[in-house]
Amino acid sequence: MTKPHFRKLLGALVATSVQFGTLGFAFADTTILNVSYDPTRELYKAYDEAFAAHWKAETGETVTIQQSHGGSGAQARAVIDGLDADVVTLALEGDINAIVSKSKKINPDWRTKFENNSAPYTSTIIFLVRKGNPKGIHDWNDLVKDGTQVITPNPKTSGGARWNYLAAWAYANANDGGDEAKTKEFVGKLYANAPVLDTGARGSTVTFAQKGIGDVLIAWENDAYLALDEFGADNFDIVYPPTSILAEPPVAIVDANVDAKGTRKVAEAYLGWLYSKEGQTIIAKNHYRPAKPDLVAPEDLPKTPEIKLISIDDPLFGGWKKAQPYHFGDGGIFDQIYKPAQ
Amino acid sequence: MADPEIKSYEPYHESQSAAVTESRPARVALMTIAFAFLGIFLLLPLIIVFNEALAKGVGAYTQSLSDPDARSAIRLTLLVAAISVPLNIVFGISAAWAIAKFEFKGKAFLTTLIDLPFSVSPVISGLVYVLLFGAQGLLGGWLKAHGIAILFAVPGIVLATVFVTFPFVARELIPLMQEQGNGDEEAALSLGANGWQTFWYVTLPNVKWGLLYGVLLCNARAMGEFGAVSVVSGHIRGLTNTMPLHVEILYNEYNAVGAFAVASLLAGLALVTLVLKTLLEMRYGAEIAATRGH
Repeated sequence: MTKPHFRKLLGALVATSVQFGTLGFAFADTTILNVSYDPTRELYKAYDEAFAAHWKAETGETVTIQQSHGGSGAQARAVIDGLDADVVTLALEGDINAIVSKSKKINPDWRTKFENNSAPYTSTIIFLVRKGNPKGIHDWNDLVKDGTQVITPNPKTSGGARWNYLAAWAYANANDGGDEAKTKEFVGKLYANAPVLDTGARGSTVTFAQKGIGDVLIAWENDAYLALDEFGADNFDIVYPPTSILAEPPVAIVDANVDAKGTRKVAEAYLGWLYSKEGQTIIAKNHYRPAKPDLVAPEDLPKTPEIKLISIDDPLFGGWKKAQPYHFGDGGIFDQIYKPAQ
Repeated sequence: MADPEIKSYEPYHESQSAAVTESRPARVALMTIAFAFLGIFLLLPLIIVFNEALAKGVGAYTQSLSDPDARSAIRLTLLVAAISVPLNIVFGISAAWAIAKFEFKGKAFLTTLIDLPFSVSPVISGLVYVLLFGAQGLLGGWLKAHGIAILFAVPGIVLATVFVTFPFVARELIPLMQEQGNGDEEAALSLGANGWQTFWYVTLPNVKWGLLYGVLLCNARAMGEFGAVSVVSGHIRGLTNTMPLHVEILYNEYNAVGAFAVASLLAGLALVTLVLKTLLEMRYGAEIAATRGH
């Protein structure tokens, strides 16, 4: 009586494990995994489809691109912990450098592999406010006023949040003539106005747009436009502050993983094609700023006002390698100024 | 559990007089509060889930459920439950058997250990597996060298689920088996049955309803677990997303219909569990009551 039952159970177990095996092998040579950050979901959904068609036409091979999205810092952490990414397309250089230094899976010279410091698109940080801008928010100093609720994600886990922070820092620095104590106070006040810090940029957008919390969302330019598309332009207004940051979300091949899986050729083609006419057009249509706008038809280019954009490589920040530990490391400036709301 | 006490008090009451029960308005008020509370916190959210899921019609609903990523999430969730629930049955029965029927050193410690997953936050449970099996973790190097993928793959999700659902079956069976004592088993053994026969024909039938109850709860949690699974999943669409994770992804993509369509399946599972549980309680109330020691 007992034995047939156990045999059945064993049979079922073997059957499931065999299924795993075949599943793993069936896609093994034609699948790449793109580990990306939050707001690129729509961009890569469109790009992956186009690239798969392009690759099929060019080589006759079928490639499946898998996507994983989350806060940029959290995604880098997952790759360090062994998430089998072929390529990473993260929010900032600092997160890719973390993979380089903590896991050695990416070669240190990754920034030279693709054009424009391996940033096929740029973006900036702008404000999304409630329709009619009831709080009259036009510039960064409007965010530190009493009674203004600011929605921004956590710079510890979100790349977008770090750009938000740095944009505020750049504004305050220019405004108080480079007095760092005053800059710190300004940014501290801004975070004191934040009732909640989500882990990723998309979480913050949902908090602001869907849950209706806060007066202003500090957002990726593309995410702000996407929120307008999704929730209707009659609910929100986009506000461009006079100064902001030039965000350059970079891409990189995860060398150790592609060499182990034998997917280097397709992974390199995948990232390289981002710089093509087709890739740049998809980028522009998803409200990112293409690195090579001359490749894109003028009607597809985003119509964005001219504002002053400060680069992370500006002497104020001295590049990500310096800015990351100084501002966001353990005990860094952010830790000093941010006290969670009581 | 409460039955014997009520019976012992009964002789002291002449009848159901107004002196010993609450006044009618008080009773009505209490009942209204209870129903309003349940309505707002349980029924309303449930209705909203189905309402949102069907907001754009049945067509959109079925379309979101037939989306390849949604189907893969459903398949993965079923697979994870199909592996972790049987594992829990084996573990739960053996642990309950050992604790209820034998005296040994460290028994209290074992009982505490079984309860551990209840007291640890699921996120921590997930992180423990990252520290253990992650590329930087204790066993990460060895696993990589042997080409074994645990973290950010199905085995990691199964492990995390098994961890958080560990106590369900054991916790149902331990009080039940303790209450039943060793009498039946001793009788079977003295009549010449061997160990397996005793277990199969005596112990198991004695606890079958408690076991089924534990399995139901375990299954519901296995399919619904979010925190621990989220940490070890890697969030690869169509590959390592379970249903709860897929709900979050769709919601973050502003796809409310899709998110709530998948959520409605989970809610449906909860309802089925609830109905089965109620049926079990109605039919085998006395036996199950014995398991309600905690």
